[in-house]
Amino acid sequence: MSSRDTILKSINRHLVPAVPLPDMNQDWIKFDNPTEQFLTMLSAVGGRGEVVASLEDVSRKLHEEPHYDDAQQICSLVSGIDIASDKRIDLDAIDDPHDLKDVDFAIVPGEFAVAENGAIWVTDAVVRHKALYFIAQHVVIVVKASEILHNMHEAYPRTGLETDGFQQAPHFGVFISGPSKTADIEQSLVIGAHGARSLRVFLVEEMQN
Amino acid sequence: MAGHATLAKDFVANDERAHWHDKALWFVRHKRDNISHSLPEWETLRETASQVKLHTITHLAKYLEEFEANAKKLGVHVHWASNAAEHNEIVLRILQQHNVKRVVKSKSMLTEECHLNPHLEAAGMEVVDTDLGERIVQLQKEAPSHIVLPAIHIKKEEVGEVFHQFLDTEKGASDPGYLTEAARQHLRENFLAADAGITGVNFGIAATGGFVVCTNEGNADLGTALPNLHIACMGIEKLIPAPEHLSLFTRLLARSATGQPITTYTSHFHGPKPGGEMHIVLVDNGRSNILGSDEFRSSLSCIRCGACMNTCPVYRRSGGHSYQSTVPGPIGSILGPASDPAKHSSLPFACSLCGSCTDVCPVKIDLHHQLLTWRREIYVRGLLPLSKTFPMKVMSKVFQHPGLYAFGGGIARKALRVMPRWMIYNPLNSWGRKRELPEAPKESFRDLYKKRKRP
Ligand code: SF4
Repeated sequence: MSSRDTILKSINRHLVPAVPLPDMNQDWIKFDNPTEQFLTMLSAVGGRGEVVASLEDVSRKLHEEPHYDDAQQICSLVSGIDIASDKRIDLDAIDDPHDLKDVDFAIVPGEFAVAENGAIWVTDAVVRHKALYFIAQHVVIVVKASEILHNMHEAYPRTGLETDGFQQAPHFGVFISGPSKTADIEQSLVIGAHGARSLRVFLVEEMQN
Repeated sequence: MAGHATLAKDFVANDERAHWHDKALWFVRHKRDNISHSLPEWETLRETASQVKLHTITHLAKYLEEFEANAKKLGVHVHWASNAAEHNEIVLRILQQHNVKRVVKSKSMLTEECHLNPHLEAAGMEVVDTDLGERIVQLQKEAPSHIVLPAIHIKKEEVGEVFHQFLDTEKGASDPGYLTEAARQHLRENFLAADAGITGVNFGIAATGGFVVCTNEGNADLGTALPNLHIACMGIEKLIPAPEHLSLFTRLLARSATGQPITTYTSHFHGPKPGGEMHIVLVDNGRSNILGSDEFRSSLSCIRCGACMNTCPVYRRSGGHSYQSTVPGPIGSILGPASDPAKHSSLPFACSLCGSCTDVCPVKIDLHHQLLTWRREIYVRGLLPLSKTFPMKVMSKVFQHPGLYAFGGGIARKALRVMPRWMIYNPLNSWGRKRELPEAPKESFRDLYKKRKRP
């Protein structure tokens, strides 16, 4: 007998009382001002964020980012961001994700943000190498200001994990809440473990889809 | 095998360190309290999550088959392993087929449980644990002492020493920021050089065939985004029915574990990356046996948040290694005996039955009740040591004979007051170890009762 059959048989030999699935429609938390709540949570998890009017503002504000002007390699997946041509990395021109190891800044779109925990949903739908999200030294996420949800119960239907779109094309999605961090040495929080050393979020009011 | 009390001896002997450990974990417990109190629906969340888990466990075969079918549709290779040895064989075979020399692994208690690393190393592979805490214990040649905070028992000066030896950091350096940066550089090289990535699984989604891995460091993501081969090792109890249920668990896990609102990276894998290959190994290793027990079934609901450890007064003061089991603390004292009752027979007795673990568990496992049930089981199976059975037999006789009780009580009260210390605090009296016995009252309750003034 294969191990598959052995395991299934071993499970089925027990007659266990079935427990029904609970009702998922409960009174989950909502906020008077989800944008404000999102920004508060984002800073609590070590990120920084603000609402801006347009992508021009993002281009301008990026220069205020520490390390941005010293960056050698910048990879943006958000169109309409000004980047000096000698710094620009074209992700689609890169075959091997290992070649992204020197990227200083990744500027990527987020689909929506969650107020309760400061998380943003990003997928590899438009990203040739998902490694970009994790290998870049600094990550900037741009989200439409109108796309802020209250809680995770609102968030999961929006991920589309069950839809054909996700089941066929994009294979990966991640909630990112703040920069990479660890507290494994005596519980002292250190930002910048393996992934992004900083996370900046722009909630853009006027943005095309 | 040595019992918990014996194994905890060295840890407890260093008073300063035991207190430091205690405090560090209490701090984490505190953070958990603050964040859970900030959510008005906390109890509803726990209750709902507990129901979802129990539902899944009581329909496990159906969900496993659904998960397998959907994962295959996504192009994933699904393997089944009855036990640890088979799991290790499967993983090794896949790696060998791909000619893998170097593996990066992100935290996975299952691969610890199966002792995967030595198996792969024996076949000539290099396995690097990439979670910072796990890397520290790996370099120290130790096992993790906690499931979420693997290096919670190690001081920064000691980390500095290991890093000086292996990563060439400055001698005597102990600043966590500096040491973490050194680890970042060192592990980046390993990520870039790896031929394969191995991860655990926090949640498997039956309806989609995908799975979720949660980390704060991003190591599971870097470790699987670079190499083409990803192997995910998953206990069969990790399933949940559908994506909507993830909302419960992603809300509960980090809040319970470290007091964060969610882990930094909550990654949803659905099939291999373009051009890559993905394998899932479903592991039983004793889990389906637990399923049959009405008393212990709910221990399979555990989402490995570690909250029960952080709150446990015994764990905090005795350290994770004293449990000699991959999962220590309250839940480990239930799962340990379930997998090997003789080896772990002392663990349920290390519990003070304070019930704090049951109060914090995000999936409402009745931990302290199960620990009590295990005590009975261990007695019934004849696994109790003489030091416990003999006094119990004596006491049972005494309690059955009131005269004997009164006589013995009188002697004990006298004796405790007049006997020299060495006679009371000697190796035969395990209760006198590391603690003072209460001062014996002059009169017994019976005497007081007799003397009371009737109204
Ligand atoms: S038993 Fe409960 S509290 Fe303990 S690790 Fe598991 S889920 Fe967390």
